Amino acid sequence: MSGFISIALVALVFIIIYQIGKASEYAGVLRGEEKVKVQTNRTIAWLLLAFFILGLYGLWECNEMFKGRVLNISASEQGIEYDRMFNLTLLVTGVVFFATQAALFWFAFKYQSTEKRTSFFYPHNNKLEIIWTTIPAIAMAILVAIGLRAWFNMTSEAPKDAQVVEIVGKQFNWLVRYPGRDGVLGKRDFRKISDADNILGLDWTDKDNMDDVIVQNGELHCVLGKPIKLIIGSRDVIHDVGLAHFRMKMDAVPGIVTTLWFTPVVSTEKMKQITGNPNFVYEISCDQMCGKGHYSMRGTIIVHETQAQYDAWMLMQQSYYSSVHKPAAPEEQKKEVKTDTVKVVTMK
Amino acid sequence: MSNEEIIIQGPNIAHGAEAATDHHGHEHHEQHFIWKYIFSQDHKIISKQFLFTGIFWAIVGAMFSVFFRFQLGFPDSTFPIMEKVLGDWAKGGKISPEFYYALVTMHGTILVFFVLTAGLSGTFANLLIPLQIGARDMASPFLNMLSYWFFFLSGCIMFVSLFVETGPAAGGWTSYPPLSALKEASLGSGIGMDLWIISMATFVVSSLLGGLNYIATILNMRTRGMTMTRMPLTVWALFFTAILGVLSFPVLFSGLILLLFDRNMGTSFYLSEIFIGGKALPHIGGSAILYQHLFWFLGHPEVYIIMLPGMGMASEILSCNSRKPIFGYFAMIISLIGITVLAFVVWAHHMFVTGMSPFLGSIFVLLTLLIAVPSAVKVFNWITTMWRGNLRFTVGMLFAMGFVSLFISGGLTGLFLGNSALDIHLHDTYFVVAHFHIVMGVSAFFGMFAGIYHWYPKMFGRFMNNTLGYIHFFITFAGAYLIFWPMHYEGLAGMPRRYYDYSAWESFKSFQGLNAFISIVALIVFLTQIMFVINFVASIFRGRKVLNSNPWSSPTLEWTTPTIVPPHGNWHGEIPEVHRWPYDYKDDGNGNDFIPQTRPLAPGEESH
Repeated sequence: MSGFISIALVALVFIIIYQIGKASEYAGVLRGEEKVKVQTNRTIAWLLLAFFILGLYGLWECNEMFKGRVLNISASEQGIEYDRMFNLTLLVTGVVFFATQAALFWFAFKYQSTEKRTSFFYPHNNKLEIIWTTIPAIAMAILVAIGLRAWFNMTSEAPKDAQVVEIVGKQFNWLVRYPGRDGVLGKRDFRKISDADNILGLDWTDKDNMDDVIVQNGELHCVLGKPIKLIIGSRDVIHDVGLAHFRMKMDAVPGIVTTLWFTPVVSTEKMKQITGNPNFVYEISCDQMCGKGHYSMRGTIIVHETQAQYDAWMLMQQSYYSSVHKPAAPEEQKKEVKTDTVKVVTMK
Repeated sequence: MSNEEIIIQGPNIAHGAEAATDHHGHEHHEQHFIWKYIFSQDHKIISKQFLFTGIFWAIVGAMFSVFFRFQLGFPDSTFPIMEKVLGDWAKGGKISPEFYYALVTMHGTILVFFVLTAGLSGTFANLLIPLQIGARDMASPFLNMLSYWFFFLSGCIMFVSLFVETGPAAGGWTSYPPLSALKEASLGSGIGMDLWIISMATFVVSSLLGGLNYIATILNMRTRGMTMTRMPLTVWALFFTAILGVLSFPVLFSGLILLLFDRNMGTSFYLSEIFIGGKALPHIGGSAILYQHLFWFLGHPEVYIIMLPGMGMASEILSCNSRKPIFGYFAMIISLIGITVLAFVVWAHHMFVTGMSPFLGSIFVLLTLLIAVPSAVKVFNWITTMWRGNLRFTVGMLFAMGFVSLFISGGLTGLFLGNSALDIHLHDTYFVVAHFHIVMGVSAFFGMFAGIYHWYPKMFGRFMNNTLGYIHFFITFAGAYLIFWPMHYEGLAGMPRRYYDYSAWESFKSFQGLNAFISIVALIVFLTQIMFVINFVASIFRGRKVLNSNPWSSPTLEWTTPTIVPPHGNWHGEIPEVHRWPYDYKDDGNGNDFIPQTRPLAPGEESH
């Protein structure tokens, strides 16, 4: 019922506005079209000016409102460079934005038609054209140069000492694989995937796989100041590893391996203090449409303050092999795993 | 004369065009009704057919956006009215995630292709090319008619896909495989996806038939004296639009056919190493990225296919209502050429984060930012055209100015996205949504509105209501900025696009209030567009009659026809000869401030 009433109301408003429109047309004819035209023109010119001023005010308000929430402090080294470049581009585009919009609205007001005014016949001026072709061209060249330097930095080879982690997208969550203590990610094959006991299709004939750890809740652990390189893959459709706080992003494409690397410079704990949000957590968002659960494909990144904290967390993880072969595994094998972890500790 | 009388009676035209869109046969007023108004080969009728169909689709596409905006803005509320319209897809007044994505996909497809390609180019290329170059009709009126009917068929197929059980395509308007290739990946990748592909393929056919015709007409059928450099910028723009379409649409066609093969015939063009639905698929060796290259090879020129007609019309309308020649006519043409050429070599800037070679990426950065140069030239020229003019704020003029304003705002954010290092963070966030909606969505719409208000007297022999037009302009202009400006901020925070709900995300949930605000503005703007449609339709019957055959005092050729353009032929007697360029806004010696293109040069007068 309320639906019908609101539709009726909207229809009524339409009819009223339409009638006003028609009435103003008739009134215009009665009062003399030329006179009305002149008046309307003046009113519109004022409205445009008002629009521009209100627009600027709105823009300022909007900035105030979102100040703290956009481009919040960058959590990676690459992101700091990113922000610098962003601000420069913002400056360049901002100047052009204000200059051109102001000219557009000011000319509209200044040169509104009046009875006395005649237009100035001014078909072209090659000098002006050359000037405003060259200046944008130079500005673009500068932006390209800065951009490409940053781009090649970001996409360069990761440092040798980078921590290597594999992250694989599937509908609709992230699987994170750590290389275990051998530091090597073993081979995997999509034909060996089984949701029951081999979610990434690890090849058990490859010894490197035996100690690999798979974190299934999409938690990516890394260490403050230590570069981390992500090996990115997908099990089914295209996903995308979006790391808003680190200003990084890369598609996860089935059949293709992609990578990205960055160096975290703000730990999770520190970020909680900075944002004043005790629930703060770095999030991994899927940024490529991947199906109905796209919006829920959430992972998290924990940046540990120290290597020791990270190692302590790692110690509590069980290798994927042992976790899925538990029921079949005899007692000795379990023991073996235990001794392994002890060994790691003594080695450190 | 009898032909003319029928045209004079507005209602018949409307019936003809409506019958064409809605397919409900009307009683035959006279023997040749069907051939005159439905399967018409007259470019003016075909133009109206495109326009009416475009308006129909615009309402559908915009309504979809209102639906999903309300889901997004108010995730915790229910809207029973949605259940009434959408049925089971919105059980209990809440849109299901699958259908949310279907709505997003359909919104994009419909508006990009059906409205801003067919509805915009189809309408104005058909109306303006013959009238402005002085031709009696298109080079091939028959192909022209087929172009409309293939478009109509394409629309029918898409419309049917809305009603299949698994829903319409839901992989985004780009339909990237493997999501769009595998039925297991999403409900929308069922039969709905096949229909989407077939519909789009049919659309390509329509677009090619139309485009080839426009090119042939412009090159061959100009009247005496109408050299290429005496053509109005609208015709130049529509010419390059057609070239872009003809060269790039076939690539989309091939991409879609390969996708159809992958879906139905077991090929592996785009598929490799996939485990889905509990089993590993046999496909190996394909590349999902290949599709993106094929898609964006059209997809990017498509942006300019949408933009160029608006640029042309804005140039024409700004100049006419500033009572001043367009500044830098040749610079405008050269920048159009620059944009057209560059449009073909920037497609991979949509793919910076697909893992493609950084070196390749760097080339595309360079080429992409180059496009800013001709675009900047155009903007400066438009503004200079207004400088020291004698500005008449008709509704068309306002929309043309709005076009320029939005083109600046949206174009500048392109400098962020085109620069790969900055794109990394902004890619596929709301920043992108804001950018392309402003620069090619709303601003192209503004170009279209400007064209409709400006050439309405030519199409229907009546004016649209001015007051309603002004209301329409100011609400839409303010609304466009209110909706899309704040989205930039969301994008800067990294908020991904195409999310059904953000409430679980620590980083993005603080924007919930803003999302609700945007949704409300979107509804208001949508209702305002409905008001525009009412004004449009009502004015066909009730609008103020055009008494002066050249109501805007414009020098171009289309205003030399009788007020009611005679069908098939456009001019009684001979086609006028052209003697000068189309922007001679100067004193003609008789108190007029313009000289029509048909007037010979006065002794001693220099041609432009």
